[in-house]
Amino acid sequence: MAATTASAGAHRARNSHDLRTIATIWVVLSIVADLLFWFLAGPHIPPGRMSDQAEGAQFDFNVLFVVALPVVILVWTYLGFAIIRWRASRHDADEAPVGVPARTALRIQTSWIAITTVVVIGLFGFGTYELIAPAGAGGGEGPTAIWKPTTKTILPIQVIGQQWMWTYRYPSFGGFETSQLIVPDNTEIAFHVTSLDVIHDFWAYQLGVKADANPGTDNIAYVKPQQLGRFTVRCDELCGLWHGAMYNYGHVVSPTAFYHWATTTEKKLAANTKTLPPFAWTYTPDANGADGGYYLDNVNPYSKSSLYGANTVKVKQYGASAAQS
Amino acid sequence: MASTITTPVAGNTAAPPPAQRVRNRPAWASQHLGTALIGAVAGYAFGHWIGNVIGAGYTVPQSNGENDVAVVLGLALGALGYLIGIGAFNYPLAKLIGREPLPEVAEEGWQRYFRFNLDHKVVGMQYVIVSLLFLFTGGLLAMAIRTELLNPTNHFFGAGTYIAVVGEHGTIMMMMASSVVIGPLGNWLVPLMIGSRRMAFPRVEATSVWLFSAGYLVILTALPLGGFPTGWTGYAPLQTQSTAGMDSYLVGFAIIGMGMILAGLNLGATIINYRAPGMTWGRVPIFVWSVLATTALLVFATPTLVVAGLFGILDRTALTAFYVNEHGGSSFLWENLFWFFGHPEVYIMALPGFGIVGEILPVFSRKPLFAYKVGAAGMLGVALLSFFVWQHHLFQSGINPDMRPLFMLTTELISIPTGFIFLVGLGTLWKARIRFEPPMLFALAVYFNFLIGGVTGVFLSDVPVNVTVHGSFFVLAHFHYTIMGGLIFAFFGGLYYWLPKMTGKTLNRKLAIWHFWIMFVFFNLTFFPMFIIGLLGQPRRVFEYATRLQGLNDFSSVSAYILGSSFLIFAFNFVWSIYIAPKRAESNPWGSRGLEWQVPTPVPHYNFERLPVVVADPYHYDEPDQGVADFGTFSEPALSEVAAPGEQVPPADVQSPDDSGDLDPRPPIV
Repeated sequence: MAATTASAGAHRARNSHDLRTIATIWVVLSIVADLLFWFLAGPHIPPGRMSDQAEGAQFDFNVLFVVALPVVILVWTYLGFAIIRWRASRHDADEAPVGVPARTALRIQTSWIAITTVVVIGLFGFGTYELIAPAGAGGGEGPTAIWKPTTKTILPIQVIGQQWMWTYRYPSFGGFETSQLIVPDNTEIAFHVTSLDVIHDFWAYQLGVKADANPGTDNIAYVKPQQLGRFTVRCDELCGLWHGAMYNYGHVVSPTAFYHWATTTEKKLAANTKTLPPFAWTYTPDANGADGGYYLDNVNPYSKSSLYGANTVKVKQYGASAAQS
Repeated sequence: MASTITTPVAGNTAAPPPAQRVRNRPAWASQHLGTALIGAVAGYAFGHWIGNVIGAGYTVPQSNGENDVAVVLGLALGALGYLIGIGAFNYPLAKLIGREPLPEVAEEGWQRYFRFNLDHKVVGMQYVIVSLLFLFTGGLLAMAIRTELLNPTNHFFGAGTYIAVVGEHGTIMMMMASSVVIGPLGNWLVPLMIGSRRMAFPRVEATSVWLFSAGYLVILTALPLGGFPTGWTGYAPLQTQSTAGMDSYLVGFAIIGMGMILAGLNLGATIINYRAPGMTWGRVPIFVWSVLATTALLVFATPTLVVAGLFGILDRTALTAFYVNEHGGSSFLWENLFWFFGHPEVYIMALPGFGIVGEILPVFSRKPLFAYKVGAAGMLGVALLSFFVWQHHLFQSGINPDMRPLFMLTTELISIPTGFIFLVGLGTLWKARIRFEPPMLFALAVYFNFLIGGVTGVFLSDVPVNVTVHGSFFVLAHFHYTIMGGLIFAFFGGLYYWLPKMTGKTLNRKLAIWHFWIMFVFFNLTFFPMFIIGLLGQPRRVFEYATRLQGLNDFSSVSAYILGSSFLIFAFNFVWSIYIAPKRAESNPWGSRGLEWQVPTPVPHYNFERLPVVVADPYHYDEPDQGVADFGTFSEPALSEVAAPGEQVPPADVQSPDDSGDLDPRPPIV
């Protein structure tokens, strides 16, 4: 009640006093929180720095977090201040006193709208740059990728999702198929992700790669590993009964070790490879899946006779040049 | 002042219906929930039999012993029988065969809540009960999920049971959330808030609540049919290959969808056409704005879901190939259709929550709503933008990559109108006199929770970050923060705020405050760790996870149990305060200026003795002398004096052509 009867000057003074208090708390807390986050938590934010793309995602996450923290702290500071300072006392509550009227305050409204718009457009510009610069940021780009690495030698690895396991084919090495995922360090890699039955999602966690495995679609994701070590591969799209158990591990090894492993495995599996359908970017999926089902197809899925269209491959040879690099 | 008063509805002075016999059947011969259930069982049996006649000759049922034609027809005809049993089709069928349907007596007493009732207040309470049934069923399933996730490798359920529980939990909660505010509070409050005696289409309204409960029964049948393995998103081709539980999902969503469309049409038509004289667009309560924005989404987005479900049903029964890649269809078609509905659906859930908060804040801070116009514009802006963001669910799916920046932009743009809602709330709190009654606590919690949900939404919209967090527990935490932290908190705030008016009973304040604090604290303790769990690499819907994440998962599970038990406090409070030890509520216990609080409790059958003439928006807490509406001080007898409760309104009162204030030219509901 006192505020409504106070003179306009005293009223404005008290307004600015409250605003100054909130602003001071907000600025101090924001700076402290941002610094703490950036230097303490930032370097450990998933997915880590195992690949160029993962490092980009980590940097992007950290930048968003540094922008988001002051927003959150602003609202929380304001709410906290309001709850403590502007609560009705028990005595007031009985007679339902009226707060200071504020209906429009046009300058506040317009500056709120302007600031949120600027922040949002800025985040969009930053996000788009971070998407395009590291060749699609590790996300699946579909069959016609438009953000590609600039290097000529890109190692293609086909990832085949099926209920409920991952297999990998290496077209540069005769198209052998294995359940081991070995990739060379410091090399541009194109994961060609496809599925034989339902939709899976290839998530190489530490590499920062994620691409849906769609039946009949070649979904390409680029990545350039920069650290040796093990990474987890999980299925990230619900694919039925054993979705939760559909995971394995991949390894980043040195290019020389990779070349050695690939050539030996190619020889070791040569007999096996002959029985496989010829390498293609996509294969006829099995609508009936592991559970059996509806479509009485005459084709035996993933067999030589069942290539999905004429989408056969001409793979650029990947070989000694990459091994030496 | 008089010049600003407008009459939204053009005069319609059709002749009143002639006096008629009224239906007055004994209780055993009338139609109620019991006959509806009998109709459902009979319909299911008949449909199943017909389906076996049609489909048993196909090779597929013969090869695997499962006939989806029979299941689908059984469920669809079961729902139809349910509606016939409740009497939803009595009126249109009588009209169809050329008979003049008998008007029904306005019922009193508890029986009316189990019948096909045309009073929007009864329908609203029916929605409350069905919504709570949905919520508690889904909540129990959530407890089961958290139990399975107590241990990364030892399993409480089998993989099949777990996946069925996950799908059932998600679907039930999504079905509930699509109507949880629009249904109960929207139907109950909108006519009162805009000064109308009734809904535009009372029969459509009553049909929508019975469709809603039919959907509940249909989705429950998924469990005995073996569940469905797809989660609530129902992605094909997994959808096509799964067993009969999938039919419950598809039929159930179609039924719920039809109920949503009908509810949206009715509410939208009511808000546009049935506002009282003087209820201009500048005076419409913010909750009504949020419902109006939501009805647009319900009417334009939901048909996509119904059609997509129909395609799925055809794929599974008639062997069409809408979603079957190798037969010319595409699994991307389902993804696009589903999310074209699915993202507006997210705002179908969020917007009414904002509306509730906008109603509660001014009352308990004793201040006018700040930036009312920006708030209303924000809701309409969110509704419009929500149709242009759906592909952000498909960033890694293999769609054309060049669309990605566009959908990143539209998704981030939506945070601007959402920010308006925060502007409204924070501005209203400025130098307020805040009273911490239970509704206010829930409203403030919405701002706390939705802030986290909204900010993490910006992370998800950013494609490079999305590569890591898409499909992980991070997403799961995000949408629980928006839907549960936003909508469900707002829903309970709304219940504590409006139940005294709806039921005429006072809810226990202490229990309400206990409910709030337990729910608020343990909601955050349950779902905040899930952001971290997701970032650390746990995908959604898995029953096995990395052993290093067991600590966080167990913490989340234990918190979830306490969160779940907080709802028992509400259930106890509800039953105790309303049925066992009822205490009469005042007609305006919170000192609100809303139109709905100015009518007596219990609210009379036709809401207003005379139609009010609205003279101001309901937020003039700064000018205590400013009136809300003119409720009429005429010499003519009031409605209650010429018609006993439940009786037909005499035609003379309906016409009243020279009444200067009571300008409702519409005939009463018959």
